[in-house]
Amino acid sequence: MIALIDYRAGNLTSVRKALAFIGAKLWTPAAPEELADASGVIVPGVGHFGATAALDEVWHAAVRGTIAAQRPLLGICLGMQWLFEGSEEAPTLPGLGVLPGRCVRLGEQGDSPLFRVKIPHVGWNSLDRREPSRLLDGGTSGMQAYFTHSYVVPESTATVALTTHGVPFPSVVERGLVFGVQFHPEKSADIGLLVLRNFVAMCG
Amino acid sequence: MLSKRIIACLDVRNGHVVKGVHFEGLREAGDPAALARRYNEEGIDELVILDVTATLEKRRTMAATVRAVAREVFIPLAVGGGIASLEDADAAVEAGADKVSINTAALMTPSLIGDLAARYGSQAVVVAIDAQWRDGRFAVYAKSGTVDTGRDAVEWAREAATRGAGEILLTSIDRDGTRQGFDCALTAAVADAVSIPVIASGGAGSFDHFVAVFTEGRADAALAASIFHYAEHAVRDLKQHLAMAGISVRMVLGS
Repeated sequence: MIALIDYRAGNLTSVRKALAFIGAKLWTPAAPEELADASGVIVPGVGHFGATAALDEVWHAAVRGTIAAQRPLLGICLGMQWLFEGSEEAPTLPGLGVLPGRCVRLGEQGDSPLFRVKIPHVGWNSLDRREPSRLLDGGTSGMQAYFTHSYVVPESTATVALTTHGVPFPSVVERGLVFGVQFHPEKSADIGLLVLRNFVAMCG
Repeated sequence: MLSKRIIACLDVRNGHVVKGVHFEGLREAGDPAALARRYNEEGIDELVILDVTATLEKRRTMAATVRAVAREVFIPLAVGGGIASLEDADAAVEAGADKVSINTAALMTPSLIGDLAARYGSQAVVVAIDAQWRDGRFAVYAKSGTVDTGRDAVEWAREAATRGAGEILLTSIDRDGTRQGFDCALTAAVADAVSIPVIASGGAGSFDHFVAVFTEGRADAALAASIFHYAEHAVRDLKQHLAMAGISVRMVLGS
């Protein structure tokens, strides 16, 4: 069974419905120690990075334990940002830190000029595959997914796809069995269901 | 590049899709879940379920309709019509809505915008504005377009954004149901004034009307109902038309 972590960052109904639609078996663990039984872990979420404060050190340790046990981990949107070291949105709050770098506001990466684009980035945008991707396996070139966010994860060797809104940012990251998507697969029609199916298949 | 969104509105009353002309004279157009499924297959980007008469009749959003749509269609789903409190929003979200759209309630109690944003995040809060050109400005109307609030649409959109709205759903009362085209002047005025996305609504009658609202009107998304309800493949054909006009849209393969 896949553990869907509920830390009160947004509504989980959509994620549950999409996973149920593809036949995935999941539950919402009430305590971190339950993760020991998980065949995979999904960290969803939308909104402010501060909400990840609900995932304390005990949760951090439990999620790290599932990674060490070779269980796939998928972070969605805010859940993806949480996989990194932290975010300028809530600077004192540590992320899980299994991927390197800190999240920044979209359009403020490095020296990139801020183009006139609307923030938050809301809507459908292209996934530009740069590296082989297990999550996007079976996806077509030009595929689009639904985004709604203002912060982005940093560039790293885990980046497998980029999306451009004013400036390019990582929209899919993969390293070993750690996966993250900045878009919402539960709201991205067929492409989203494909990503969820690919992840669920890896959970065995 | 971010695509311009095409949104289908399902105006629902008693579990059936209807479409009003100037908010009156409602006509039958179909079963919400069946329509949602068809639109999804054709590549619609988002759905809005709106209880067109809810505000007047003080009824709450139909959770059963929302549930039926959300069970099998996995694209963003907004629900509006008569959402006047956090409890109403809870019911819509619990049923599967990703966003709630508030109109009259936001005008009566502007703090509701911030309360909803704090609860669900700004991405879940759509402030719907019904506007009409009157005495040299775009006036905001409440209660399904029946009550002049004395407010200015541009100024109200700015306030809504400041209070935490994630998007503005802007309907031209002058154009709604006329099929004469979106009000590009209204849309551009609001889109230029706020940094959040603006969804243009009211008046779609031809594919070129969408081209106009995305260029002259500077809309981020466009919403329509009847243009999609009565023609086969209208969503796919519209997107092809927009792509040919150089507008970035999401194309769905195999539809």
